[in-house]
Amino acid sequence: MDVASELLTGTILAGARAIRWLDDGDPRGAQTLAAVFPHTGRAHIVGITGPPGAGKSTLVNALITEERRRGRRVGVIAIDPSSPFTGGAILGDRVRMGKHTLDPDVFIRSIGTRGQAGGLARSTHDACLILDAMAYDLILVETVGVGQDEIDVVALAHSTVIVGVPGLGDEIQAVKAGLMEAGDLFVINKADREGYEDTHRQFELMLHLRTEAKTHGGGESWSPPLLRAIATKDEGIADIVDAIDRHKEILQSTGEFGLRSAQREREQALTLACAEIMRGIKHSADPAILSAVENREMDPYRASQLLIKNWQEKAPV
Amino acid sequence: MAEMHRRPLRVLLAKLGMDTHTVGITVIAHALREAGMEVIFTGLKQTPEMVAAAAIQEDVDVVGISTLSAGHTRNLPKLARLLREAGAGDKLLLAGGVIPEEDRPLLEQAGVDRTFTMGSDTRDIVIYLNEWWAEQLVAEA
Repeated sequence: MDVASELLTGTILAGARAIRWLDDGDPRGAQTLAAVFPHTGRAHIVGITGPPGAGKSTLVNALITEERRRGRRVGVIAIDPSSPFTGGAILGDRVRMGKHTLDPDVFIRSIGTRGQAGGLARSTHDACLILDAMAYDLILVETVGVGQDEIDVVALAHSTVIVGVPGLGDEIQAVKAGLMEAGDLFVINKADREGYEDTHRQFELMLHLRTEAKTHGGGESWSPPLLRAIATKDEGIADIVDAIDRHKEILQSTGEFGLRSAQREREQALTLACAEIMRGIKHSADPAILSAVENREMDPYRASQLLIKNWQEKAPV
Repeated sequence: MAEMHRRPLRVLLAKLGMDTHTVGITVIAHALREAGMEVIFTGLKQTPEMVAAAAIQEDVDVVGISTLSAGHTRNLPKLARLLREAGAGDKLLLAGGVIPEEDRPLLEQAGVDRTFTMGSDTRDIVIYLNEWWAEQLVAEA
């Protein structure tokens, strides 16, 4: 099986294998990515993020249904945390999306964070490119349950949906710092719960205070909407998809869509280069220098300069 | 933070049919996670078609089916056949739960690689999987 050409024709087995290789750091992954990269850049990448328990998976499930009703092919990347101790993970987001398993135009992939902070897995960007090359129209990226500053998804997605929920008490504390500045759409899920009005007021206030609108979401032409949903009952879902569509249209008409994609690929190149250098430095690190630091004979700054110098001398470039 | 396994074993765990007993599968899931594996849960009341499709989308190495209310002599052979037909016959297919001794030959002949019956120690399952995975990695290298 030639994985690259197979996945370009939409073969799920091939796409799934390519994502596995990229997730595992298998060199065949990078080769496959190189072959399909010219065919990417079309899909609309939508991030779904919010605190744990906000109902992100259930919302994604409902969004898939509505997007399919509108005739779009949907890829989903659902991220759950890996154990920092064992590296193992229980990836359970599929449980809420079971009814789409047999739809040939829906591809759901669960990924563990494998030590990556920021709410995404290291391979999320790669997986998006593979789904993009497989010609999925829309890629939904569901992050792990996030706190204040795990907003890597914003740099990845064209549109970011922040999902809140009533009744978490100081939830607004968890949401405010990064997320309120970052989102393009805001959804309060489980809107039939007690405390909805309070949460809605808090969100409204935060959005009102958000002055960064000029630099976000296609400039001042986009003002982030605040929507209500009960994902378990499919309530409010069509409105959310309408808003996602409107956001995409505005991004496209202002040229921001291509700009965000371009920025994402540039950042990914830098991220990959940094990761490679970090690996190189760790591998070439002289144990004598490290033990000098351990014994407090050398300070960490001085040691870091030496480690870099050693690495540069050994580096094959 | 511990150095991550570059290539953790990926295991899909599922229940087929109307069987809703989840204690066993939950215990197994946690044991595998503790052993550094990635466990994908698909939920209850799955059909063989759904499990096969999920296993392919997730590109797992192992499919583990927990069965506690019969039906396994129909469901499991069907699942094995669907995986083979989809080009995913290389995945390890395991079954656990209430499986009478006399059903084992039929299941094994149909493509179930190993059955673990009631009372199996989760540690034995972990050891079995680790050994199988080590063999796969050696064979590939």
